[in-house]
Amino acid sequence: MDKLIQFQHVSFEYTGDEEGKASVPVLHHVDLAIRQGEFVAVLGHNGSGKSTLAKHINAILRPTDGVVYVEGIDTSDDEMVFEIRQRVGMVFQNPDNQLVATVVEEDVAFGLENLGIAPAEIRRRVDGALHDVGMYDFREHAPHQLSGGQKQRVAIAGIIAMNPKCIVLDEPTAMLDPRGRQEVLKTIRRLNQEHGTTVVFITHFMDEAVSADRVIVVDDGKILMDSTPQEVFRHVEKLKAVGLDVPQVTELAYKLRKNGIPISDDILTVPDFVQAFQKIMEA
Amino acid sequence: MLSDITIGQFFPGKSVVHRMDPRMKLILIVAFIVVLFVVRNAFSFLLLTLCLGIIFAIAKIPGKAIWRGVKPILPLILFTAILNIFFVDGNTLVSFWIFRITDAGLKTAALMAIRIVLLIVGSSLLTYTTSPIALTDAIERLFKPLKVIHFPVHEMAMMMTIALRFIPTLLEETDKIMSAQKARGADLETGGILKRAKALIPILIPLFVSAFRRAEELALAMECRCYRGGEGRTRMKQLHLSTLDWISGSIVALVFVIAIIMNLFLPGTL
Repeated sequence: MDKLIQFQHVSFEYTGDEEGKASVPVLHHVDLAIRQGEFVAVLGHNGSGKSTLAKHINAILRPTDGVVYVEGIDTSDDEMVFEIRQRVGMVFQNPDNQLVATVVEEDVAFGLENLGIAPAEIRRRVDGALHDVGMYDFREHAPHQLSGGQKQRVAIAGIIAMNPKCIVLDEPTAMLDPRGRQEVLKTIRRLNQEHGTTVVFITHFMDEAVSADRVIVVDDGKILMDSTPQEVFRHVEKLKAVGLDVPQVTELAYKLRKNGIPISDDILTVPDFVQAFQKIMEA
Repeated sequence: MLSDITIGQFFPGKSVVHRMDPRMKLILIVAFIVVLFVVRNAFSFLLLTLCLGIIFAIAKIPGKAIWRGVKPILPLILFTAILNIFFVDGNTLVSFWIFRITDAGLKTAALMAIRIVLLIVGSSLLTYTTSPIALTDAIERLFKPLKVIHFPVHEMAMMMTIALRFIPTLLEETDKIMSAQKARGADLETGGILKRAKALIPILIPLFVSAFRRAEELALAMECRCYRGGEGRTRMKQLHLSTLDWISGSIVALVFVIAIIMNLFLPGTL
């Protein structure tokens, strides 16, 4: 199974009530395939439909039209909801509202307990997951003693303990300070590289999308761009037109280029820029 | 600030009392309360008090904490004692105007006072040495048989856990809302009771709205982690009764039996 997640012609609308309130279309005929092990960043401004898209992956929402497959399982199948949710875990924006238990390790165990796994095995997987996110030393803390970034890492541990094929993160860094954002990003990147977990990372921070394998830009319920970060961020004007930014250095390079300095157009990080700029200076 | 409030009255520790199975502690406390209301003998009460004192010493609970538990109920003790002294019939000891103090009245007053104090101190021993989570766990497991009559044991325990989890979060939020309203000129500190109660409304409404929003998000997150009620659920931490529990449980049970025997055969009934 190469394609882990597959959207076929997916449309979705929030249905209006009987009193003639119009239903609100959110997604329009989306076709999308995500392979096992990919790190996909989904970008889009508020109300673009990126969260709605994400909620289709683990059957929180079901398409009004079209089909979503997770490892070949149709998400509209009521019987298979928990099968799907074991394969696709979801981390939300507010770390406070997704931790259930009063102790870190018990919270990580929550999902496994729901699956009815034997206690010894739960213990083993909880410890493993806590090590993976670097929160093992905090296993006996209460969630309210932790920082935002730490809480979010605990939430991630709770998901990876269930051994999902894919983690969907819905703006997990939006409520964190820069340090918390770094912690969370590093954790996700490591999970993707070391465990081969597929990551769907929804964000509106451009610099977070830079390190992804693939960037999908969603606008008005449609996929506007779907390519490598280099390719996507080359289209500075197109991104700005849909209310998105590009990473700061990319913007700097873009402005220099506009002013006649021949700097390359696939600069995403500060080291990239430094290298390219040195080349120009030498020339 | 508000967030300084600790949940419950738990004193973390590693003593034998702390390490005992919460179920055993819960059962012993219930037994203790029953014994308390069965015996009427001064020597039995002395023995029970001594036993409590020793356990408190083992658990290293500061005396101040015990006093803090008793203090709020002092008026209640005083009130029942006064009622008992003046209104229980018996041989009159002293009398003035329409009041008379009887021997039976004094005895009943003493009996009630001792019972209430021991009851409070005994049950606070449980909450001082057992974390709220362990207590919730113990309740869930002890009440499991009630599932037969469709009592929602798991749901109750889950509600308690979530409540405990969100107490600090909501306190923090209350703090924030209070600051926000103060910044907008809300006056929370002056005026009569009615005015102050009214001033709370702009704090409670946002707090409720946010609590419901949190509840909705939490429910979604729980569903995403395959939560579907207590059916087929396992627990990572298993409670098991160790030798320690059996030994300490037996000792305490023995004390209870001796207290009852003393009550039957020794003079000094209150």
